[in-house]
Amino acid sequence: MSLLRLENVSAGYGAVEVLSDVTIDVAPGEVVTIVGANGAGKTTILRTIAGLVRPRSGRKLIDGRDVSALKPPAIVDLGITLVPEGRQLFPFMSVRENLMLGAYKPAARAAIPERMEEVLALFPRVRERLDQYAGSLSGGEQQMVAIARGMMANPRLLMFDEPSLGLAPMIVKQVFEIVDRVVAAGTTVLIVEQNIYHTLSIATRGYVLENGRIVMQDTGPALLRDPHVRRAYLGV
Amino acid sequence: MEVLPQLIVNGLLLGGAFALISIGLTLVFGIVRVVNFAHGELFMAGLFGAWLLSSKVGLTPYLAAVPLVVILFAAGAAMQRFIIQPLMDADPHIQIFATVGVGTALINLALILFGADIRTSELPWAREPVRFAGLSVARGFLVAFAVSMVATAALVLFLKRTHLGRAIRAVAQNRNAAPLMGIDVPRIYIITFGIGSACVGLAAAVLSPLFPAFPTVGTYFALTAFVIVVLGGMGSLEGAVAGALIIGLVDSLAGYYVAPDLKEVVYFLIFLLILVLKPAGLFGVRGSE
Repeated sequence: MSLLRLENVSAGYGAVEVLSDVTIDVAPGEVVTIVGANGAGKTTILRTIAGLVRPRSGRKLIDGRDVSALKPPAIVDLGITLVPEGRQLFPFMSVRENLMLGAYKPAARAAIPERMEEVLALFPRVRERLDQYAGSLSGGEQQMVAIARGMMANPRLLMFDEPSLGLAPMIVKQVFEIVDRVVAAGTTVLIVEQNIYHTLSIATRGYVLENGRIVMQDTGPALLRDPHVRRAYLGV
Repeated sequence: MEVLPQLIVNGLLLGGAFALISIGLTLVFGIVRVVNFAHGELFMAGLFGAWLLSSKVGLTPYLAAVPLVVILFAAGAAMQRFIIQPLMDADPHIQIFATVGVGTALINLALILFGADIRTSELPWAREPVRFAGLSVARGFLVAFAVSMVATAALVLFLKRTHLGRAIRAVAQNRNAAPLMGIDVPRIYIITFGIGSACVGLAAAVLSPLFPAFPTVGTYFALTAFVIVVLGGMGSLEGAVAGALIIGLVDSLAGYYVAPDLKEVVYFLIFLLILVLKPAGLFGVRGSE
């Protein structure tokens, strides 16, 4: 059974419909990516899953249970965490406090010290910055804190929205190494990323989203070889 | 008797009395982002509550703090839940109208229930002076100052050290990210509004032996609290305390050296200068409010 399933979901903002009839599955242990141009609706898919946007039609299922009406905190409680685009840290709080907030849900609070050790083992740079204001960090460090914060809840599914956006190429490489480590640690991942070469090469499956509709799905490597994907998104 | 030290002590104690009211206002502004124009009227309701509890029930005004904190927490939480919350997505000026409406309703309710007379919570002990080092201060002001400082310290500890307190600050700093942490933002608003109102409940109880209750008493306190909050930096608790002490000092010194009826002019001039020169306030960081 899918950990997560969007079933014929349409969603949007105000009069604008962004997603039309989108169906997506994520099974435990998978690394799934969504490929698409700017404005195709990738972020809206993640926001819909997180509960920030409500589906207008269709259903959202977690472990087969309909959770279309649940608000974001309830989705977090069910083990699905979003690392949002643009980091979205709490700038005037220390890195430590940001991480603690990542484990705000009652089920995660008791284990904060142990969990923080596990997470910091993956992010040595973040450990050096624990007592600094999150807002004082560089963009790359902030992105690592955002990912570490997302992992603090020990999520079953971790969603990344454009983790490399706005970062220098060298930092981008480090961020992808971190994503690889998260995947290697066995966390199920759903990732949206401009830099599709890397994500498709690590993805077990990928969806191609165009104008709010899923137009193609396959394994990551197969999509990477697909002539349409290569022409439209890799420029080759 | 030296005049200047006495004026300074008077000013600081008066500032301490204002601090608690200002903290409630700045907390609600900083976290819920609503300017509560009914804040002074909640204080007025607290003063009448203290008077009722002391004159009709026989509770010492200071002991009335316990029920008043609970009642005003509930009143503030209900105000957020049933009046502000439904307007959260509306324009800010709609929320301002709503809080002004609540304030006006409370003033008129007080007029109906108690008339326009002043009601004093009798506690002669609080008006007796304590003398030390050639200075003389009313006991009640010492109590108000001490309670105000202890309550502020407790509130700061609560915000810094507890999961709920951290969640409250998180909502203030990034309300888009907070729900992604599993924080129920509307619930945080309700709790914060409750705490902000509980602050005026506590303030009303400790100030009731010193200031009589009448329906429009809140206006003066609220106006001063607004000056303090802007001076200190909107949303900053430390700023509210510092601002309150400064305004207390200005009130006391200007009242003596300038003229009693011009002291408000002096601190509104300071208020305008701050707005022009440092709009974020003394302790405010641009964007952090």
